[in-house]
Amino acid sequence: MSEAQRLRSPMAPPSSFLWSRRILLTLLTGFVLVPVYVMVSSSLKPLADVTGRFRWLPSGLTIRPYIDIWSTVPLAHYFLNSLIVAGTATVCSVVIAVFAAYAVSRYSFRGKRVFTVTVLSTQMFPGILFLLPLFLLYVNIGNATGIALFGSRGGLILTYLTFSLPFSIWMLIGYFDSVPRDLDEAALVDGCGPLGALLRIVVPAAIPGIVAVAVYAFMTAWGEVLFASVMTDDTTRTLAVGLQGYSTLNDVYWNQIMAASLVVSVPVVAGFLLLQRYLVAGLTAGAVK
Amino acid sequence: MTATALKEPSVSGSPSGAAARDQRGRRPGRIRRTGLPYLLLLPALVLELLVHLVPMVIGIVMSFKELTQFYIRDWGTAPWAGLGNYRVSVDFDAPVGEALLHSFFVTVGFTVLSVGLCWLIGTAAAVLMQDTFRGRGLLRALFLVPYALPVYAAVITWVFMFQHDNGLVNHVLHDQLHLTDQPSFWLIGDNSFYALLTVSVWKGWPFAFLIVMAGLQNIPRELYEAAALDGAGMWQQIRRITLPSLRPVNQVLVLVLFLWTFNDFNTPYVLFGKAAPEAADLVSVHIYQASFVTWNFGTGSAMSVLLLLFLLVVTGVYLALTSRGRRTADV
Repeated sequence: MSEAQRLRSPMAPPSSFLWSRRILLTLLTGFVLVPVYVMVSSSLKPLADVTGRFRWLPSGLTIRPYIDIWSTVPLAHYFLNSLIVAGTATVCSVVIAVFAAYAVSRYSFRGKRVFTVTVLSTQMFPGILFLLPLFLLYVNIGNATGIALFGSRGGLILTYLTFSLPFSIWMLIGYFDSVPRDLDEAALVDGCGPLGALLRIVVPAAIPGIVAVAVYAFMTAWGEVLFASVMTDDTTRTLAVGLQGYSTLNDVYWNQIMAASLVVSVPVVAGFLLLQRYLVAGLTAGAVK
Repeated sequence: MTATALKEPSVSGSPSGAAARDQRGRRPGRIRRTGLPYLLLLPALVLELLVHLVPMVIGIVMSFKELTQFYIRDWGTAPWAGLGNYRVSVDFDAPVGEALLHSFFVTVGFTVLSVGLCWLIGTAAAVLMQDTFRGRGLLRALFLVPYALPVYAAVITWVFMFQHDNGLVNHVLHDQLHLTDQPSFWLIGDNSFYALLTVSVWKGWPFAFLIVMAGLQNIPRELYEAAALDGAGMWQQIRRITLPSLRPVNQVLVLVLFLWTFNDFNTPYVLFGKAAPEAADLVSVHIYQASFVTWNFGTGSAMSVLLLLFLLVVTGVYLALTSRGRRTADV
């Protein structure tokens, strides 16, 4: 956020503006915070507090739920699966998007517009439309070639990385366009190949955009439920599906559910908040330009 | 659209064609190796084909087949059903079609309300937070938390809050404010629509906030200075400069919000489980139910194709309407 932006108006804002701002932002803060508070406070409550009538304040604090969550369901196992799937999908998606966006940004070639429109339009497809065929496709590829895609982490990685690709490519095209062409042309003249120019000049200059895209890709893979619920089995189950294990038992351990939700949220929320300035910068330079 | 999209990149691989195009390119001298861009695009293209486009074509084929559980192992042998699956889906007097139509209307109502509210709240917050004030950075980070939370973690918290006996919502509305005679049921019955809408807006508005916030940074400062010199107050500046400048951003934002909300599966699925209550029976979950619970993939595919056609038409009309008078290059 530049200084110029902050000092937008030389005049002091009128009090009507200040009051609307105060009221609206207070209401919004409450709206946003209540579920967060419920999550945090309930995760520290003894079971009796979450099975009886709701209490704003716990009758006593306990870290018991944080110990029990690991044994009630194999949470660590799901955690590891999610980490492998989301991590791999993110790395692959970013690398592929960088190459594709570089091609679109720096070269003119036939089919360019068709490519960008096609890739973007896949965002429009309802997941449910290709869930069934993809399920069959993976099963059939498995039967025919022995490559297990259905029920494996590989299949899920492949699926998730295509989810974030369109938006990533789109955003990186805008970002690469804002990197002066003279820079990579100079590198080409100096004897770098096109890939050298990409890796040494364009990628370093576009780091905020790339970080933003990586955050987006990771969040997409970490939070997806639909495909995870159909395409995983007991050994490859991710958090998205595994977390439902707490509620299908006879007792609903709400304190443990909240503790587990918090534990699985912390990596993404912390990462997101740390990197959100890049996301805003990336969006500003790329997507919304 | 998809047919041409599938064809085009493969026929365009000829280097001579690309070279001819280079001559007309903006800066022709730069292109040294005409095969390179295609090579760079290849991984993205192959993956999108494998995971999105090929399954979509298969899905369209499946929608013309009588694909029940008996044929899942070897779906190629399933008998052709002609337009049978479509006829079942749109026969609004019969139970299947009637349920689909109902689900469609619920989804439309839900989407309009959710997108409208997300956009309104997101824009208001971003505009009000354009200038610096104490605590702004903290507030901005806080507002992005619902968006950053994994869907299932956020929604499961709402499930807890909406519980009949031990939830926060009934505790506040019934026990503390005495607004209702009886504690209400939120996750079954008619109230489930409002529960779903609340969760959807709670999760969705920060995205609008984020995009509008980014869009605001591209408005030149000089515009505000000039307006201030002309004596325009804060509200006038917002109305005359900020909101009109956001139009191109809004065009894309509203479309993206619409498509995501309309196709949303994760929120209702975690909120209600496999069987959504009728009042909140979004079409994605409805089709999932129709396909995986009854194992009738043919009808499920036909419904999905109809959904896609509807989205294509809406998107086309929307882009045509909103792009009028604007340079296409902006899109």
